Amino acid sequence: MIAYPVLSAMAYSLFRWDGIVRGGFAGAANFQRLLTQYPYSMRMVTAFWHNVWTFALTMLVQNGLGLLFAVLLAGRTWGARAYRAIFFLPVTLSLVIVGFLWQLFLNPVWGPVNKLLAVAGLAGLARPWLGDSQTALTTLILVNAWRWVGFPTIVFLAGIQAIPEEYVDAARLDGAGPGAVFRRIVLPLLAPQVNVIVILTFIGAFNWFELPYVMQGVTGEPSHTTDVLGLLFYRSAFGGVDTGNPDVGLGSAIAVVMFAVILATSGLGAVYLRRREIEG
Amino acid sequence: MSVDARRIAGRGAAALAQGLLLANTLLVLLPMGFMVLSSFKTTREIFQRPFGWPASPSLRNYAAVWETAHFGVYFVNSVIVTVAAMLVILVAGTLAAYALGRYRFRGNDLLYLFFLSGIMVPIRLAIIPLFILMRDLRLLDTYWSLILVYAASGLSSAIFILTGFFRALPQDLDSAARIDGAGELNILMRVMLPLVRPALAIVAVYNVIPIWNDFFFPLVFIHQDRLKTLPLGMTVFFGEFAANWGLLFAGLTLAAAPVIGLYILMSRQFIKGLTAGAVKG
Repeated sequence: MIAYPVLSAMAYSLFRWDGIVRGGFAGAANFQRLLTQYPYSMRMVTAFWHNVWTFALTMLVQNGLGLLFAVLLAGRTWGARAYRAIFFLPVTLSLVIVGFLWQLFLNPVWGPVNKLLAVAGLAGLARPWLGDSQTALTTLILVNAWRWVGFPTIVFLAGIQAIPEEYVDAARLDGAGPGAVFRRIVLPLLAPQVNVIVILTFIGAFNWFELPYVMQGVTGEPSHTTDVLGLLFYRSAFGGVDTGNPDVGLGSAIAVVMFAVILATSGLGAVYLRRREIEG
Repeated sequence: MSVDARRIAGRGAAALAQGLLLANTLLVLLPMGFMVLSSFKTTREIFQRPFGWPASPSLRNYAAVWETAHFGVYFVNSVIVTVAAMLVILVAGTLAAYALGRYRFRGNDLLYLFFLSGIMVPIRLAIIPLFILMRDLRLLDTYWSLILVYAASGLSSAIFILTGFFRALPQDLDSAARIDGAGELNILMRVMLPLVRPALAIVAVYNVIPIWNDFFFPLVFIHQDRLKTLPLGMTVFFGEFAANWGLLFAGLTLAAAPVIGLYILMSRQFIKGLTAGAVKG
């Protein structure tokens, strides 16, 4: 049930397809079209860089905040358990709910976000967050971070709480301040959790689909500025890249490329990060 | 730095920490509160007084959502698919993990690794072959297409988690039960299962939330409106009633309510279950 579809996805990418009916053997023609022919090649490159940006910004904002919250929640912080439960709440929500909810919030005319800015005297900052090609993708990534930030928080918190207190006490006795304790003790011992989060974030960023689809439509409005590989893959397999005709060969080729990128990077990443973990 | 000054700095740091934590609490809770509040308002009221209390709170939006927007239908579909998939995962997962965890036999490790490899595969990238497979089996536009895919993708992690737990149980347990004349199924049901209950809870949460929330597979497999699950039904609903914000917020609240309700009852199991795999122990 699992091995069969993956292998067939690879096989499918080597055939010609007319709609969803298989034609003759095509060799690498689908890949060639994908990488050199307009508009596929252009869409592919644009989408790829959007996935890369999604990964980078998610690492910085979502996982950075997750680490910060975990540090704040460790130890005898007042209300730590309640905070923990609240921060994790959005993780349980469907991305469809999250997407539509924020679509309403970010509505340029009636949405509460711009109205709140106006109330705060910052009306100049108000803009059509999802309709402006300058801000759409970043806004989307921030909405995604709103939903997910509780996840790295919990993972990092579990890691920090597993650090033996003697280590921290010993460092304190040697005169290390909070900053030094964090950099020299906590962060190195947190390496396994960091590795897990980096790899999961990477896989998530390159499989990204629901939120862009729900909030920006299947073409990644406005004018492909929120197009990602997941959308491109779905469009080509079930709707056509720009034409509206399904193209299974092309879709399978995109799937194979995505699969290779995810597998290679998370595999190499796992090996590299694991090595650092042992040395560190 | 004198001791006193250090204490003050500590207090300052604690205050700053509370400030940041409180800020994020508001960032999570205010949008949810706004959603619930708006669901009791008319659209005109949401537009004119977005932050005010509903002038005459009414359940009209909810009644309309349940009746005219087919939420009842979507909801029942989601329940059927989720429950069926979970049954398959828990029953088949327990049986497989029991065999893998409690018996040494040729190919044990190989079989375990085979099941394990299912966790690593991003199954959504195989959607085209799955679509064609479902078409050839004439399962498109049936509950079975979803149930089978969810069960298959959930079994790997279920077997992984449960096998670990079964292995950790002492060998004396089944020896003692066997001496008392208990059969294989009896040992599993009466002796082992009660002991791995926490693991079953983890497996349940780990799978039930992603299945309940899934949007991708219904999007590809289900086209008839009366078979759509809640997340897919939401997109229909948002297309149809785009201008009626009161209705939209009521729909969002209604769709979020079951998961949030369960979360409030058992947030600890949720957190543990959903981070299983990323957090050890």
